[in-house]
Amino acid sequence: MSEVDAAAGLQTTPTPPTVGPPLWLLAEITYSCPLHCVFCYNPVDYTQSGPELSTEEWFKVLQEARAAGSVQCGFSGGEPLVRDDLELLVAEAHRLGFYTNLLTSGIGLTPERASALKAAGLDHVQLSFQDSTRELNDFLSHTKTFALKQRAAELIQANGWPMVLNCVIHRLNIDYIDKIIELAVDLGAEYLELANSQYYSWAQINRDGLMPSREQLERAERVTNEYRAKLGDKLKIFFVVPDYYETRPKKCMNGWGNVFLTITPDGSALPCHTAKMIKHLDFPNVKTMPVKEIWYDAHAFNHYRGDAWMKDPCRTCDEKEKDLGGCRCQALMLTGDAANADPVCNKSAHHHLVQEAVAYAQVPDAQRVKVQPLVFRDPINSRKLSAKV
Amino acid sequence: MSDIDEVLSSTPRVASMFRLQWEEVQQSWVLLYPEGMVKLNGSAGEIMRRLNGEKTVATLISDLETDFGATGLRADVLAFLEIAGQQGWVKA
Repeated sequence: MSEVDAAAGLQTTPTPPTVGPPLWLLAEITYSCPLHCVFCYNPVDYTQSGPELSTEEWFKVLQEARAAGSVQCGFSGGEPLVRDDLELLVAEAHRLGFYTNLLTSGIGLTPERASALKAAGLDHVQLSFQDSTRELNDFLSHTKTFALKQRAAELIQANGWPMVLNCVIHRLNIDYIDKIIELAVDLGAEYLELANSQYYSWAQINRDGLMPSREQLERAERVTNEYRAKLGDKLKIFFVVPDYYETRPKKCMNGWGNVFLTITPDGSALPCHTAKMIKHLDFPNVKTMPVKEIWYDAHAFNHYRGDAWMKDPCRTCDEKEKDLGGCRCQALMLTGDAANADPVCNKSAHHHLVQEAVAYAQVPDAQRVKVQPLVFRDPINSRKLSAKV
Repeated sequence: MSDIDEVLSSTPRVASMFRLQWEEVQQSWVLLYPEGMVKLNGSAGEIMRRLNGEKTVATLISDLETDFGATGLRADVLAFLEIAGQQGWVKA
């Protein structure tokens, strides 16, 4: 019954790697959101986005993506519960055979909507902790936040969905990681993702205020490991460090145009949710191009696919297959050229930029000469920032 | 009953966290779970699709041997089911 490799031992001409289907469809159905998170990955100029796709247009996207081989569908935003046709979209995705995931803060999840989503065939809800920076004390004292999350968590359990909690970790909340883990236990979570903020979009603007020190990180990992030992299988905890603390970049999105396809609220098709910052690429729109053609033929999807686009040091690097040069957006943001190596890599000529940011993260807040106030993700700030980008 | 008899008389099913489905584009059976997917190879797919929580492992093996005109599949099936159990894909 084992699989036999028919080509084993034969000399074959290397063929270019074939492009697989867009297995993961992220449907960002709206940029509207009741929260104002300082680490939001939505573009800072989100207020300049075109009108949202209609229900019928989303149906078409789902049908075309499914036919092209998409199998996981994430409904995200913004806050996807803001759209009152979410149940219809989930039902259509379910009918098509998608595994359906809802990525939500839980705000707007009433018993009625939870039942309707269950009936529509929703497979999974990932509940995230809301922005904890504006009301840190409330968050830490478990009062309002706990009551809100508890209501959402009860609905998730009552409907038989697996309970996955996600909390973005940063300089201001990382020292309270024990409280966050206990909150997850109290809510009956089965999985907890403690993901350090990655520095894109709003989090890039707020990077100095959000990046934890090495000491904070080490302590948080130690505490997390203590809880892992104590809790065993009761709660699985994933801890993600900020890539600035690494010396090799992440294989971003598992490769450009490899498995991920993001559709933004206005129908732009992107290889990842922040790619629109790469202004020299003309990203196609689902209103004017079918999903299959977008995935396989659009210039924007082929441009950074594979490794033909690479320059040195990536081009000649013996680890290029492993990380594909890291993240194109990070290369652009830090070096001005998306085709450069991700400066997280210590082989990059720009690695000092990452080292300088990490060095600054070691400076205690009280000793910082000029402290930038955090910029909250809201329409007023977005319009101000749009003028600059 | 020996351990092996116990396994042969068990009636495994796909664990509730997972959904097994045929993917036309990939030409394979896949296991779907929150935000993830396991692509099964041909043999694994043929085993998994026959699990229904009622059929014993012994029957499963003889079904496979009949369907594929083969013999001696027992060791491979048991080895796969052990891995599948460890991964949490199946429940006995």
